[in-house]
Amino acid sequence: MSIRIDRNLCVGCGACVEACPGNLIKRDYKGKAVLKRPEECWGCASCLKECRFKAVSYFLGADIGGQGALMQFERDGDVSHWLVSIAGREPIDIAVDRHCANKY
Amino acid sequence: MRNDGLKLEKIHADMLVIGGGAAGCYAAITAARLNPNLRILVLEKANVRRSGCLAAGVNAINAYIVDNHTEKEYLEYVRWDAEKIIRDDLVLSMAKRFNSVARNLEKMGLVFLKDENGNYVSRGKRNVKINGENIKPILTAELLRYENISVINHVNVTDLLLGERGVCGAVGFAVNYEAAFVVTARATLVATGGAAGMYRPNNPGFSRHKMWYPPFNTGAGYAMGARVGAEMTSFEMRFVAQRCKDTIAPTGTIALGVGAKEVNAKGETYASRYGLSTSGRAQGATTEALEGRGPCYLQTVGISSEQEDDLCRAYLNMAPAQTLKWLESGKSPSHFNVEIEGTEPYIVGGHTGSGYWVDTSRRTTIPGLYAAGDVVGGAPKKFVTGSMAEGEIAAEAILGDLPALPEVDNEILTSLSQDKIAEYSRRMTDGESLYDVFELEEAMQKNMDNYAGGISAKYRYNEKQLTIAQERIAQLTKMASSLTARDMDEMLHIYELIDRLTVCETLIPHLKARHETRWPGFGVNADYPERNDECEYFVNSRRRNGVVEIVKRPLTVGKERYEHTN
Repeated sequence: MSIRIDRNLCVGCGACVEACPGNLIKRDYKGKAVLKRPEECWGCASCLKECRFKAVSYFLGADIGGQGALMQFERDGDVSHWLVSIAGREPIDIAVDRHCANKY
Repeated sequence: MRNDGLKLEKIHADMLVIGGGAAGCYAAITAARLNPNLRILVLEKANVRRSGCLAAGVNAINAYIVDNHTEKEYLEYVRWDAEKIIRDDLVLSMAKRFNSVARNLEKMGLVFLKDENGNYVSRGKRNVKINGENIKPILTAELLRYENISVINHVNVTDLLLGERGVCGAVGFAVNYEAAFVVTARATLVATGGAAGMYRPNNPGFSRHKMWYPPFNTGAGYAMGARVGAEMTSFEMRFVAQRCKDTIAPTGTIALGVGAKEVNAKGETYASRYGLSTSGRAQGATTEALEGRGPCYLQTVGISSEQEDDLCRAYLNMAPAQTLKWLESGKSPSHFNVEIEGTEPYIVGGHTGSGYWVDTSRRTTIPGLYAAGDVVGGAPKKFVTGSMAEGEIAAEAILGDLPALPEVDNEILTSLSQDKIAEYSRRMTDGESLYDVFELEEAMQKNMDNYAGGISAKYRYNEKQLTIAQERIAQLTKMASSLTARDMDEMLHIYELIDRLTVCETLIPHLKARHETRWPGFGVNADYPERNDECEYFVNSRRRNGVVEIVKRPLTVGKERYEHTN
């Protein structure tokens, strides 16, 4: 379970560094976010949700069935968009409205 | 990064809360609301905004008294599920507050699903449906509204300060810079959650932290309490969760949401053979696999595409890996059953019964020290609302007790904290140790897995194996005392390992002490593989001079109050 941080998109705001419940994301010499120990990531997606620059992607480790798909997160007002990219397929966008409760 | 000492931060508070999860936040909010003059300090290892069990969100409120049901029914449900080893007073006192806590969460901004009459929509008898993705930011916003609450994030508390008359504060260090914290307080509430990571996990490699319970909940509260001699209960009632294979995502959402049954590889339903309790369900999947009928699944084939979409959304709000898994593998739940497996064992008082032995007001056996949430034993099935209810109960007790609690003796505390700070500093100045913290963690997990009933041992253990496990934990504890840190991040990992080792030191004597198998899904004592009605008591422990002593205490059936006596 882990995340990948895109250095080109990271602006060094530190939101993910603050949010990670495991204190796993640190700043590098330029102030940008780095995940120090990817194997320590819980996969809670807190960093994904805190990042306003789509710099964080979420993926499944190969040991738990990952095949390279990436998931990103974008907030548009009260609607959360979970964006999934799978090689060879159209991008998937699952929108969840904050005001809608889970049906299950 | 090496230096001769850490910068020292000294703080005084009236009430110290260690751990800013659901229980700790709600305790602070309650105390601040009831007494605006009280100085409350919350110390949190990460950031309260996304820390603890609720970091990823939560899918439902699982402890709620639905219309036409009662707290007594909840009590009887917990008694049945935990095979009688519960404290009536603790379960009842939290159950009485489930609904008011839920209403307060709604006032704070949590979204509840409602019917046309404005009533919460239930999922079964005890659950209501919510959108819990942002439950922690909502709680945090409420916490920060109070001017008399201070929150310091990214501070790891390692030890309680025990003076002659009880606990009067705690000591720890900053996770991101070189500083030690000494906090003195007349009342201290420990709300650090349960413990994960003692056993080798389902996915021991790259995804080793893809586990059910937060891997950052390392049992710090249990460990610091054990070290000052606080009484603990029911550690032998470990928790093994039945989860979705690989992602270790919850199964209840599917089982309750779309009514999916568990089936084995032959397509047979098997749950009734093992019973429908939490332990029974965990036992089912394990035993079916052991007897060659694995893997087991939740039978989702045939659900509608609308149900499938709703499931995908529900998982995004608490365990997004599962939704990604369905999309990426192309094995959507409407076309493929969802494989399930049992997890490694955890110690967690919010689901099973392990933790501090407290009185009805959540006072521990050490004066000045209170506990709430997953760190409290004897009250299983507390979940989010129960943990928060315990925070509220503890805060009320603290406010009542404060006038009588002694002033902090600064001289004693200074000398106590100096020893600890010298220990932190030594780890940064001593030369590199032969082993590093991750090697010792791996050794601990292998040992617990093999000899104390982990996954590879099929959750089985016997006296002889437990003795081997105990010897190795003692060796590892000694080795951990000389671990050195290159930076504060390594320091954090070292103390997390020490917490887990201390939990193991308590857990193993508990496993040895219960001469029966009461919860076969959570563990089988192979020397006593059957349930024994003569074992209807609590197994408790207290640490005296480094030795864990076992005390057996009677059940408290029908009692609504419990006071500490001896």
